[in-house]
Amino acid sequence: MSALEIVVVMLVTAPLLVGALVAGGAVTAMGRRLADPVVLLVAVAVTVAAGWTAGAVGDGTRVVWPGGWTPVHGEPIGVALVIDRPAALLVCLVGLLTVAALTYSWHFLADTGTPYVVLVVVFLGACAGFALAGDVFDAFVWFELMGVTAYALTGMRIEEHRSVHGALTFGIVNTVGASLSLSGVALLYARTGELNLAAIGRSLRGSPPDHLVVVSCALLLTGVLVKMALVPFHFWTADAEAVAPTPVCVLLSGAMVTVGAFAVARWWWVVFDGSVPESAIRHALVGFGTVTAVVGAVMCASQRHLKRLLAYSTVAHSGVIACGIGLLSGPGIAAAGLYAVGHACTKGALFLVTGLLLNRFETLDEHELYRRGRGMWLAGTTFVVGGLALAGLPPFGTWAGKAAFSTALAGAHAGWLEVVLLLVSALTGGSVLRAGLRIFAGLGEEPDPGPDTHEQPEGDHPPRRDVLRVLVPPVVLMCVGLWLALGPGVAASAASAGATVVDQQQYSAAVLGGAHLALPAGHVEPLWSVTTVALGLLGAALATGFALASLWPSRLPGPLSVVRRPWHSTQRVLHAVHRAHVGDYVSWVLVGFAVLGATLLLS
Amino acid sequence: MSDVLAALPYAVAAWVLLAGCYGIATSRNFIHIIVCLSLVQSSTYLLLLLVGWSGHATAPVFGDVQPGVRVVDPVVQALTLTDIVVGAAVTALLLALTIQLAKRLGTIDPDRIRSLEEDLEE
Repeated sequence: MSALEIVVVMLVTAPLLVGALVAGGAVTAMGRRLADPVVLLVAVAVTVAAGWTAGAVGDGTRVVWPGGWTPVHGEPIGVALVIDRPAALLVCLVGLLTVAALTYSWHFLADTGTPYVVLVVVFLGACAGFALAGDVFDAFVWFELMGVTAYALTGMRIEEHRSVHGALTFGIVNTVGASLSLSGVALLYARTGELNLAAIGRSLRGSPPDHLVVVSCALLLTGVLVKMALVPFHFWTADAEAVAPTPVCVLLSGAMVTVGAFAVARWWWVVFDGSVPESAIRHALVGFGTVTAVVGAVMCASQRHLKRLLAYSTVAHSGVIACGIGLLSGPGIAAAGLYAVGHACTKGALFLVTGLLLNRFETLDEHELYRRGRGMWLAGTTFVVGGLALAGLPPFGTWAGKAAFSTALAGAHAGWLEVVLLLVSALTGGSVLRAGLRIFAGLGEEPDPGPDTHEQPEGDHPPRRDVLRVLVPPVVLMCVGLWLALGPGVAASAASAGATVVDQQQYSAAVLGGAHLALPAGHVEPLWSVTTVALGLLGAALATGFALASLWPSRLPGPLSVVRRPWHSTQRVLHAVHRAHVGDYVSWVLVGFAVLGATLLLS
Repeated sequence: MSDVLAALPYAVAAWVLLAGCYGIATSRNFIHIIVCLSLVQSSTYLLLLLVGWSGHATAPVFGDVQPGVRVVDPVVQALTLTDIVVGAAVTALLLALTIQLAKRLGTIDPDRIRSLEEDLEE
């Protein structure tokens, strides 16, 4: 085995093995003391190794057949691990978020104990396994492992009934989604007799298209769209992220959505492209994505609970990412990827600052927190800058994604999506700015405090000097976001990753054998141009305008205040739909599946 | 007629899936919901086993089977077994959460638990 192959296998096995060892070692006092540093070390190692792999694998695709079960006459027998740049970068991102979550909780949440770190590291291993799985059933098992650890992490604070309820809802909705996905796997196996992704794709392309394949595509996608939190599969997101421990929120919003998006892209190109019409998936993804972006942004703007606000902004961003994949082009994937990384880093930083507020003031209600954050300079600056970053102000991470989008949209003749992007930027960024200015700067009219919103703090109250240490992970995450826009070669690297995702033949040749030369990514548009910077500034200006308008609603100029009534009635309708009832959520999953299936069949 | 008979098992799998979903949507008890969820998962076991079924074939245990005898597809049986394990883990976790919910709130009726409702709007 080459060094690369060993590293690839370790990416998956190391977190799981260490998780098992740490769980077993927790019976001794020594083991409990070592648990935190060991798990952190593994997370750092996985992040670094995945980053190295992304460089080492280049534009190519490498396949590892664990146990030496290589294909015989082009027929896969074993279970493949497939590594290419997009998969390695995904593992690197999840690793980075895990490191941020673990460093944050190490000093801060002293009472979480060993189960927490074990679950986090197993979640990392499951994400890595899912990203590298070359086999659809294997992917399903990783997917479920990721799900189960996430449910357990969400409901970890069992003394808090909200957490338990959120975790239950999360678990039930996602399990229904996963069962639909597995039905899709079964139908694909029935049609092709294969479980290997590339082999299924080859077999499907060899036969005329039919409804069974389309139905199995809809079934398979429904499960991942639930994880990706697209409307109407998104209901669990806000419930889970509003109540989960803060570091877990970072993983749910940053990792889960991105992993789901990766699965959609990978399965489309490797399995279904060529047997399900392209227009069908384009309509489905762009349609679902646009609705998700708009609903998420409007819901985000109407929240008072900070974590819920951030959760809905995750929903909005997920919609944008789906639109990016729906462009069905290399630049579209590159834009979606950059946007996803920018969103994950910014959102992670914002969640961590929110956790600090929860621990100090025991509430996450924006009105309750009015003026109470004055004096927390570093936290306040991070939060407000995070808001501007979400609004797409250059040179932050989400702007890099938006800039890449401009190029991709121009190539796909879908310029109208730019409006959706601006709306998402203005409303999500504006809401965070509003909350930040209200809490940390004490700006705006004094809001109505409302009923008691007290919540249990998550950990020990940190002494003042510890606050700096707690703020290291969010600041580092923001810097990673900055690097996306400023780092040399990021745009080219993203473009090459995008080109790899859409290059079906390369994947197929690497797994099943056969020669194929990697397609060059072509000309890479630089991120920095007058248009992209202007659009970024426009988004930030709109967000600031929205924030100021909601801080001083009575001073809204006359012509603008006519929007108030339709704005409030839209919110009322949306809030009535979000009724926090698990039965509703499951019904919506079925409705979403029906709409997805109909879109795929009819277009 | 034989087409109808061949399609019938698949209709049963779909029926079990939808019955489970209907149960979750209308239930007023979390334990009942989790049982319905198991029903949803069972539909996938049924579907997988159906996919591998073949007429006049025996179980894929090769110890006492003569070479050349038809057996049903062993792969789907392995998949079903894995799926059952995954399903058991999920069910156990969700039931444990339900116990905690009952301890904290004294009720496991989703209609009566209002803890996640968004009553506060900006």
